[in-house]
Amino acid sequence: MDAIILQILNGLDKGSAYALIALGLTLIFGTLGVVNFAHGALFMIGAFCAVTLTKFMTWEVATGEVQKTAWGSEVPVTKPLFESWFGPEVGGALIDWSVPLAILFSIPIMIIIGFVMERGLIKHFYKRPHADQILVTFGLAIVLQEIIKAFYGANPIPTPAPAAFKGSFDFGAMLGFDPNVIIYPYWRMVYFAFAAVVIGAVFAFLQFTTFGMVVRAGMADRETVGLLGINIDKRFTIMFGLAAAVAGLAGVMYAPINSPNYHMGMDFLVLSFVVVVVGGMGSLPGAVAAGFLLGILESFASMNQIKSLLPGIDQIIIYLVAIIILLTRPRGLMGKKGVMED
Amino acid sequence: MLGLNKKDTTLLIIVAALTLLAPFILNPFPTESGLAQFNAGYPDLMQRFVIFGIFAIGFNILFGLTGYLSFGHAAFLGVGSYSAVWMFKLLSMNVIPAIILAVIISGLFAVLIGYVSLRRSGIYFSILTLAFAQMSFNLAYSVLTPITNGETGLQLTLEDPRVLGQSATADGSIPVTNLFGAEMRSTYEMAVGPWAFQFNMGYYLCAIIMLVSFYLAIRIFRSPFGMMLRAIKSNQTRMSYTGLNPRPYTLAAFVISGMYAGLAGGLMASMDPLAGAERMQWTASGEVVLMTILGGAGTLIGPVLGAGFIKYFENIFSKINDNILHGWFAFMPDGLEDFVVTILHPFIGKGWHLTLGILFMLVVIFLPGGLVEGGQRIARLFRGKKSDDKSDEATQSTPAE
Amino acid sequence: MGILEVKNVNKRFGGLQALGDVNLSVAENTCHAIIGPNGAGKSTLLNCFVGKLIPDTGSVMFDGQSVLGRTPHEINQMGISRVFQTPEIFGDLSVLENMMIPIFAKRDGAFRMHAIENMHNEKEIVEAAEQMLEEMNMADKRHMHSASMSRGDKRRLEIGMCLSQQPRLLLLDEPTAGMARADTNNTIDLLKQIKDERDITIAIIEHDMHVVFSLADRITVLAQGTPLVEDDPENIKGNPKVREAYLGEAA
Repeated sequence: MDAIILQILNGLDKGSAYALIALGLTLIFGTLGVVNFAHGALFMIGAFCAVTLTKFMTWEVATGEVQKTAWGSEVPVTKPLFESWFGPEVGGALIDWSVPLAILFSIPIMIIIGFVMERGLIKHFYKRPHADQILVTFGLAIVLQEIIKAFYGANPIPTPAPAAFKGSFDFGAMLGFDPNVIIYPYWRMVYFAFAAVVIGAVFAFLQFTTFGMVVRAGMADRETVGLLGINIDKRFTIMFGLAAAVAGLAGVMYAPINSPNYHMGMDFLVLSFVVVVVGGMGSLPGAVAAGFLLGILESFASMNQIKSLLPGIDQIIIYLVAIIILLTRPRGLMGKKGVMED
Repeated sequence: MLGLNKKDTTLLIIVAALTLLAPFILNPFPTESGLAQFNAGYPDLMQRFVIFGIFAIGFNILFGLTGYLSFGHAAFLGVGSYSAVWMFKLLSMNVIPAIILAVIISGLFAVLIGYVSLRRSGIYFSILTLAFAQMSFNLAYSVLTPITNGETGLQLTLEDPRVLGQSATADGSIPVTNLFGAEMRSTYEMAVGPWAFQFNMGYYLCAIIMLVSFYLAIRIFRSPFGMMLRAIKSNQTRMSYTGLNPRPYTLAAFVISGMYAGLAGGLMASMDPLAGAERMQWTASGEVVLMTILGGAGTLIGPVLGAGFIKYFENIFSKINDNILHGWFAFMPDGLEDFVVTILHPFIGKGWHLTLGILFMLVVIFLPGGLVEGGQRIARLFRGKKSDDKSDEATQSTPAE
Repeated sequence: MGILEVKNVNKRFGGLQALGDVNLSVAENTCHAIIGPNGAGKSTLLNCFVGKLIPDTGSVMFDGQSVLGRTPHEINQMGISRVFQTPEIFGDLSVLENMMIPIFAKRDGAFRMHAIENMHNEKEIVEAAEQMLEEMNMADKRHMHSASMSRGDKRRLEIGMCLSQQPRLLLLDEPTAGMARADTNNTIDLLKQIKDERDITIAIIEHDMHVVFSLADRITVLAQGTPLVEDDPENIKGNPKVREAYLGEAA
């Protein structure tokens, strides 16, 4: 029992990331009809927003003083940029909280990137075949990840969470199991809660605003909505920006869980596509449900008891599930009729 | 000739001449000159040209003709490599049985994956093939380690049985791959004045196999079967209402292109007898897609051009460094020189992939027909508007008469 | 006993009764038109003939064999060819190639792996295709990219492709929909000529009364998924029931 709870918890953070990326992919696919292979790159850029902000805050600036080393040579004393601006107290706290602060910093950046991508590139591909869309966004993904690599190098960059969230929470003790059996890092809890809030916000936005209503109508029947004289294109651009922001936020908060590297986007993209297909192309709840489901399945498959029964299952479980789903339920778990039927 | 019409025969002869004379053509600069870095006429690189040429020709039979975009073709390349290396371990160092086994095993593998994946089309097909390839890749790294040797990759050892050959040579080293005794690595160097041309056994074997593959591809393109594949791409509804079953046609195309990939994998292992899982990774599948699109999907010569183009520039760009750039722009004033070098820096050396990505995007956006279409457009500029239709027919897959 | 026998066919989509107790018999070598107002179930019925839909109950027999549960290509191989509302042709292929494919399908069946021989060496196929293009007055267009032709020419090509297989039953789904008057008249003339010159059964679904009365030997009027009347064209014209359900509605 305790092992099961632990695996469910372990699956939640990865599942959250899958769900957030798949949500954005589905939004883009459902509204614009575009298969965006560059969506993983947006996730990665989000993570690098966190890296950038942390780096900027901790930029070592000379204080003007010099210090003598043990060998007698003089070296200038440096301190992080934010400590020199705001003093050690406030500056230190800001640096400590750089990842959560990066959320504020990343939202406008991601939205701008989304707008530029849509207006500059994607909109020219609405009428082109899906194969062309896949190819051009695949090319874009390569370009984006290589740019990041050129700036930040190939190695993962550790980006710590605030000190307050270091350590783990003993779930087992709370639920009445033995202590130290079900422990779960605080930051992963934060990530899950954060993902839940973002997903909730996106759904609320689509459900309760006029804008959302038009977008949902557009997802169901683009042509008719266009005929009603509603400017769909403009709204779809905004939708793309929103999807980019969701992917970016998923990336920002993921930075402390896995040190960001330039190819993390591609790693997540392949799995997120599988998630979208399992959930049902064009179904937002499907994408979210499938994201969590596959995250949790993956973590179950990596339990030792299961691995000893079915060796290697942890490596392939997601793909295996996707293949079975695609063959038995071509529309995915919650896919709607008529969306990419064949 | 050979059952081809005049135009196709000409094309085949040109490709044959270019391939067989490659050691000359690719080595235009004297060894000592500063431009020698642009030479590509050394065995290792030339082998890669033709091997990836085979891979792309095969991929084009599937993607170019039927329009089914597979994102998992590297799996067949990997399977071919593993099969070939096992043949070297168990049977002998002769490349023929290794290549044959590589083609057969990858063909069987393609039947299996194709049968399942082709139940869906469009993006679902792409994702299914991607999922299968990633599964193979992950398995090769983990549970299948006894067969694949995991992260280290499959290599030859002195303990391998090699029942028809020898486990070790007289001097106690691992024997080398050969074709009935002719070693793949043997290279004849011909010095002509300041030039040095290298003729490598392995390259010529690959080149001849590529020419045969290319010839077969032409026959397939011009056959009724090839026309059916194009019909599938064009209109599947009409296809089935015309009494034709699209599925066996697509499966046949999938298996043929899988066997081409296996052949390429087997040749890779024959040139350098080791095989690693990274050959199956989806970035490798992406690479063959890039080659085919860049050259021109659905055209005969496109994939070969694309493969050559990408492998050549990969090699050249990776070798250029800041010092070389400074050398080139030395004529500029210092500040400007540094500026230009700084601008170009991200695109060279390790930044080659950035250049490739940008190039690829530009091709998909502006030149969906790839280099072949680019060539046609240029030809049209010179010939004037009149001959539009003719030049189309001359290079595209649509047979004219 | 007709060549196409439809018995007690019912089809529901959710709460909508698309077809209710349809009985229909198409006699050999006649032109049978199925008409009816929008939403009468004409297209649903046609889709039941070609294997695209399977009715909930009832049977559809072609020449004594059931077509239900068969795939479109199997049904075509039985001798049924279909012309679509929007012409379905192989747009990326040349006109001649378009014409060759159905002839290959007729000769070689649903699948044959002829991957090595050159298709232009298949003399009999090329000749048959050229001849059919002659008959369709399209010989001069044979090297054209078929997608670049006018809608009327596409329709002509599509009909030619169907005829080249010498089908026993030709299904026409609103063959003149969306056409200019001149193209419509050309198509009517073409269909008349086909009807007169060949031993072929035609089932046509049509909205345009001009087309129907120019071609049909027999007419079934469908309303709300059920056949209202079946009679000769002259009698249909005067039938008050039809007038009410259909013509009256238009007036």
